[in-house]
Amino acid sequence: MTTKKKFNGKQFLVNYAIYLILLALIIVITVISPKFLSLSVFKDILMQSSVRIVVAMGCMFIIISGSADLSGGRMVGLSSLIAASLAQQATAGLKFWPGLPELPAFVPVLASMVVGVCFGIFNGLVVSKLRVPAFLATLGSQMMIFGFSSLYFNKAPNNSQPLGSLTSGFKALGGGSIAGVPIIVMIAVVVMIIVWILLTKTCLGKEIFAVGGNLEAARVSGINVFKIQMITYSIAGACYGLAGALEAARTASATSAYGQSYELDAIASCIVGGCSVAGGVGTVGGVFAGVIIFNVISYGLTFIGISPYWQNVVKGLIIIGAVALDVRKYSSKK
Amino acid sequence: MNNSGIVLEMKEISKSFPGVKALDKVSLKVRRGTVHALMGENGAGKSTLMKCAFGLYHPDEGEILIDGEPVHFRDARDAMDKGVSMIHQELHPIRTRNVMENIWVGRVPYKKVGPVHWVDEKKMYEDTKALFEELEIQIDPRQSMGELAAAHCQMVEIARAVSYGAKVIIMDEPTSSLAETEVALLFKIIRKLTSQGIAIIYISHKMDEILQISDEVTIMRDGQLVGCWPASELTQQLIVSRMVGREMNNQFPPKEHTPQQEVMLEVSHLTSANPRSFKDISFQLHRGEILGLGGLVGAQRTELMESIFGLRPIASGEIKIKGQPAKIRCAQDAIQQGVALLTEERRATGIIPMLSVEDNVLLANQTAHTKQYTGGRVFLNEKKRREDTQSYIDSLSIKTPSQKAQIQNLSGGNQQKVLLGRWLLTDPDILILDEPTRGIDVGAKYEIYTLMTKMAAEGKSVIMISSEMPELMGMSDRIMVMCEGRLSGILDGATATDEEIMMLASTYEGAAKGGIAE
Repeated sequence: MTTKKKFNGKQFLVNYAIYLILLALIIVITVISPKFLSLSVFKDILMQSSVRIVVAMGCMFIIISGSADLSGGRMVGLSSLIAASLAQQATAGLKFWPGLPELPAFVPVLASMVVGVCFGIFNGLVVSKLRVPAFLATLGSQMMIFGFSSLYFNKAPNNSQPLGSLTSGFKALGGGSIAGVPIIVMIAVVVMIIVWILLTKTCLGKEIFAVGGNLEAARVSGINVFKIQMITYSIAGACYGLAGALEAARTASATSAYGQSYELDAIASCIVGGCSVAGGVGTVGGVFAGVIIFNVISYGLTFIGISPYWQNVVKGLIIIGAVALDVRKYSSKK
Repeated sequence: MNNSGIVLEMKEISKSFPGVKALDKVSLKVRRGTVHALMGENGAGKSTLMKCAFGLYHPDEGEILIDGEPVHFRDARDAMDKGVSMIHQELHPIRTRNVMENIWVGRVPYKKVGPVHWVDEKKMYEDTKALFEELEIQIDPRQSMGELAAAHCQMVEIARAVSYGAKVIIMDEPTSSLAETEVALLFKIIRKLTSQGIAIIYISHKMDEILQISDEVTIMRDGQLVGCWPASELTQQLIVSRMVGREMNNQFPPKEHTPQQEVMLEVSHLTSANPRSFKDISFQLHRGEILGLGGLVGAQRTELMESIFGLRPIASGEIKIKGQPAKIRCAQDAIQQGVALLTEERRATGIIPMLSVEDNVLLANQTAHTKQYTGGRVFLNEKKRREDTQSYIDSLSIKTPSQKAQIQNLSGGNQQKVLLGRWLLTDPDILILDEPTRGIDVGAKYEIYTLMTKMAAEGKSVIMISSEMPELMGMSDRIMVMCEGRLSGILDGATATDEEIMMLASTYEGAAKGGIAE
């Protein structure tokens, strides 16, 4: 503990690394191409990040509770199909559900969230009741969900054709804006606020942190660990469902390939954003910065004309660096 | 080269850990072909001394000689190469591999063909077989390690020690997980080893075993050597008095409470679902009483208390709280009925290291009585949280930079006080404390003792598991002693002596009738 006080500057770097890296990236890109620093670029990046933010918020619950979830990406894919299939215009040429009337925009969104919660409950049961390690349990459910979404997508008369002709009301969720602010960004912000409140202002949030921080101590203190695991997986499922609906609305389409590897991006954003892989640590602000950092890299590097293939190299390095930092921050104290 | 027949000699070994002098100039002489027992209370320094002999610790002062030659062990492997092996209390075999691979792991015999080292399965099998025949061990070298019972795993471990050419084999509580018949088998092997000139250092709490198997007995107390005697000159009484003989000073607060008639907790014929754990335990806890629970490591005291608290399953028996039969299936049930349990392992089951003092203090009460903090709504009342935290920081004088400081940055004593606060907040009628003063400094100890007396004076009841004799005798109204999962007796705290407690801790009625062999 004495060394900690000596290296205060170092401690500052460790604690705020994510924000400093983000700042440095923006400065470097701006120096190379000053046009980068503009409102429209800023808006673009936020719009592109919105779906990722919602997925990462769901994933964050799982990581804070000390668990893991690989099924998020495919859950986004399945729920985008479900949302799109319920949001088609009455007159659509190749209608997924022939004869289905035009539904108000909230119906497909709710439906995809319900599906997300169902699979979340499934994940939670497998992890807590069958005691399958979360990593493998959700690897299994990831495959199952992809299977289900391919089956759904291939259902006659659709036969694996991309879903289109969505209602304008539904598409507005992804592309519309109110007073210049994109609706999709507003939704992402609302999700972040709700998650922040849930995690920091409610008893449930405190219990999630406790379970992730020391599961045995939480159990001894009377916390129902099973309940917490079920709740975290369900909340994550709801987030994935919402993200799927938003992805369909944003692109005005859906196929079974949607959402692929989103779960890995979400996990990377959480870790880069300061969540501990061991559980018990994480903030909404950090995870938000984690998502933005990856989008700034892909957007910014394209903006200054660097081959998109380099993006992956840079992203990979950042993930490794973040975990190496994490290990120093939390594990060394144990 | 050595005419005295002393194979291992440890001269004036000292070893300190931050804040504790674990060994203070301890000497030990072990003769060739003998069984040398090492005895002492929990924390007397036996394990530390043996870890020095086995290269796991490096002594601060002193000398270790093997066959009269000074040696310095770099690590355990070095000690094994120089003739000292150790059979640990908890064995960690590689269960997924077979017996012979477990014996030769790290030095598998091989044939070199070109650049490739091929495992010589045949030689490995034959070497193992020869080794087992020599020791009269009947185990198939090709059997999977995972299929072996605990006793056989131990024999494989002994054979492994012999295969290293061990001159001295240290056995740490070797019978703690063995049934009676298996103990006889172990003793047979020990006699075989000593007849071949190998010396055994035998650590055990079980006095009948010690007197049966050993040639010499060294007794330690509080990190110091008491002495070494031939086993033939010792009796159980003599051993006990030499193990505990220490003076008592005034380290406990005066008693302000008197136990009342009312029974707060009644446990009848409680038996654990784990067949190796406690059996048929019955006792009563009165209002305003501090009940001490003594016993040696492995007496299943923690298991008993954790079962009462709903953390471990119970096979049979009944628990009554204030006369009402209590159904306790999880910690929450226990908390709702006014029971609190401060666990033994502060790090493993107590603190949540990265969370704040505030979050740690409030954890149990916030979950048990959520309405106190939300008024039935969603949001937590931050003011109430701050006030509750501050009230315990003040009343327990917890030293912390702020309520928001991470608990892992506090000292052990302050962490313990935070955890005490966590349980006091739930306003329990029955407070169970499992080794409440382990690893904390004297000042904090006294504060915890004062708190216990205060609780009892307020009409609450306290159960205190403790392995420290002075603490048991100084704090308890009655002392309940367990031995090998049985209740071996209940003593009056005012008159109990450490000899009596030690005696009950090492035997129980029926032990000789083969109670453990089930």
